[in-house]
Amino acid sequence: MSSTIALILIGVAVLFILGIKFLSSPKTARLGNLVAAAGMLIGLIVLCKPAEAGGANIWTQGWTFNYTLIVIGTVIGLIIGALGAYSVKMTAMPQMVALFNGLGGGAAALVASLEFLKDAQPAPIAADALAHSVGAAITIPMLFATLIGSLSFSGSIIAYLKLEGKFEKPMTFPGQNILNGLILLVIVGLCGWLTFNATGHNAVIAFIVMFSLALFFGIAMVMPIGGADMPVVISLLNSFTGLAVAADGFAINNNAMIVAGTLVGSSGTLLTLLMCKAMNRPVTNVLFGAFGSSGSAAAGGGDLAGKTVKPLQADEAALLLSYAQQVVIVPGYGMAVAQAQHQVRELSDELGKRGVEVRFAIHPVAGRMPGHMNVLLAEANISYEQLCEMEAINPTMDRVDVCLVIGANDVVNPAAREDKSSPIYGMPIIDADHCKTVIVMKRSMAAGFAGIENHLFYKDNTRMLFGDAKNSLQALVTAVKAS
Amino acid sequence: MTIESLQAYNQILVLFIFVLAIFVGFEVISKVPSMLHTPLMSGTNAIHGIILFGGILVLADATTLLQQTLGFVAVVFGSANVFGGFMVTDRMLQMFKKKKK
Repeated sequence: MSSTIALILIGVAVLFILGIKFLSSPKTARLGNLVAAAGMLIGLIVLCKPAEAGGANIWTQGWTFNYTLIVIGTVIGLIIGALGAYSVKMTAMPQMVALFNGLGGGAAALVASLEFLKDAQPAPIAADALAHSVGAAITIPMLFATLIGSLSFSGSIIAYLKLEGKFEKPMTFPGQNILNGLILLVIVGLCGWLTFNATGHNAVIAFIVMFSLALFFGIAMVMPIGGADMPVVISLLNSFTGLAVAADGFAINNNAMIVAGTLVGSSGTLLTLLMCKAMNRPVTNVLFGAFGSSGSAAAGGGDLAGKTVKPLQADEAALLLSYAQQVVIVPGYGMAVAQAQHQVRELSDELGKRGVEVRFAIHPVAGRMPGHMNVLLAEANISYEQLCEMEAINPTMDRVDVCLVIGANDVVNPAAREDKSSPIYGMPIIDADHCKTVIVMKRSMAAGFAGIENHLFYKDNTRMLFGDAKNSLQALVTAVKAS
Repeated sequence: MTIESLQAYNQILVLFIFVLAIFVGFEVISKVPSMLHTPLMSGTNAIHGIILFGGILVLADATTLLQQTLGFVAVVFGSANVFGGFMVTDRMLQMFKKKKK
């Protein structure tokens, strides 16, 4: 690798860092993504073989059949990626991210396996043997990348299926954590053995066993986690894949991969922790707690016996809204499912015309991913200046006339503040119950994802507007226009 | 310096980069507002698509049919990750544009 290319690679690393930095402001976010993509393209053009293999730029080598395979493979991947990216509905974005993450993890595992298998075989040529005389410093990252990458692959596929609505409920059996722990122990043991016995026939067999166990572990790890916690899982697996890529970078001596993978690994870890913090649950509780399984389903509902909810009709709700001064809308996953974001925009515009101040209160974990609601509302052309974060809007909730809760449940449940026995006690919520009137739009009285009763529905100032969010909103818009 | 000590030195240097990158990742992310978390996750997801480089490097040197097959699958996966990742992020962010009055 020439020093010019080394300098260009520093620039590439800067582009990745700047890209992530630009993503932190709505104004520069799109540019940030393009900057990172540009960095990737430049990195691809100046891609060099590792120093011990000559270090020459990969595109200046003699063209072989392998290069034809590279081009074909890249084009196939491009087509798959483009089809996935442009055909997916906005509400299904989290699944798509999970799927792409899984593919990345799978690729990381395959790259590491390939390197490992190459080294495990006695090299036919002496020079090759010298190049592949690996020490633990190379073997450990290789094993790490295989383990984490394959775990991320299978885990992401399960997360994808869960978000698609397949086996959404947590799957648990007694002793599950112990079994998972044992599997992990065997995997770590195999890795330890392989570190010192990285060559020969037995190494290959041990490696294949470890690979399969890691794949299985990814499934076993995600299966017991409920659909509501998938955002945390995807974020965690995203950072896992990043670390696997960084480890691959160590194994094949590519600094660009180390930098990019590590950036993703550390940022993903932080994002995961932030998400858990927003739910006021330690990350261990999310991963091993099997939250929302039958055990906690009945919790927190006891003192609600005998209380009833007060339903209301769309035209009454419309009156309340049109004569309010301040309205806060709290969207949740129900809005995403009903694809009601455009109707929400219409309602907000109609109310705006009548001089009503409309704001949106976004809970950090509303929907299935952090920022999921923002993406949907942005799709419906709602200005992001109307969107308020939970901490910013809560102190002003006392002055709000009407709070319209659309398909949100656990994030407005006052049990999190009041009921110490509730599984969500301590989770920060949007204080919808502090408003003068709360209108909750809901399909039925079914419990939310956390599987617990919502005290908000039974409050004196709460009215329930039952029905599909889209139809109800349509009725609201018509009624507001007429009033 | 002998070849061995040079290699050890290089490995330490690479470890150095690794540790610094961890801190940069933390620092840069801690400033992102929660409304941009989905695009951010998607964007970082695209960045780890750099594994495509790894796929290309191993496939370029593949010698057996098994190696070629595994390398080919790695390239397809990596390529889908990187291209799909950036495209899906761009599609999300397209919608964050300010409303034109």
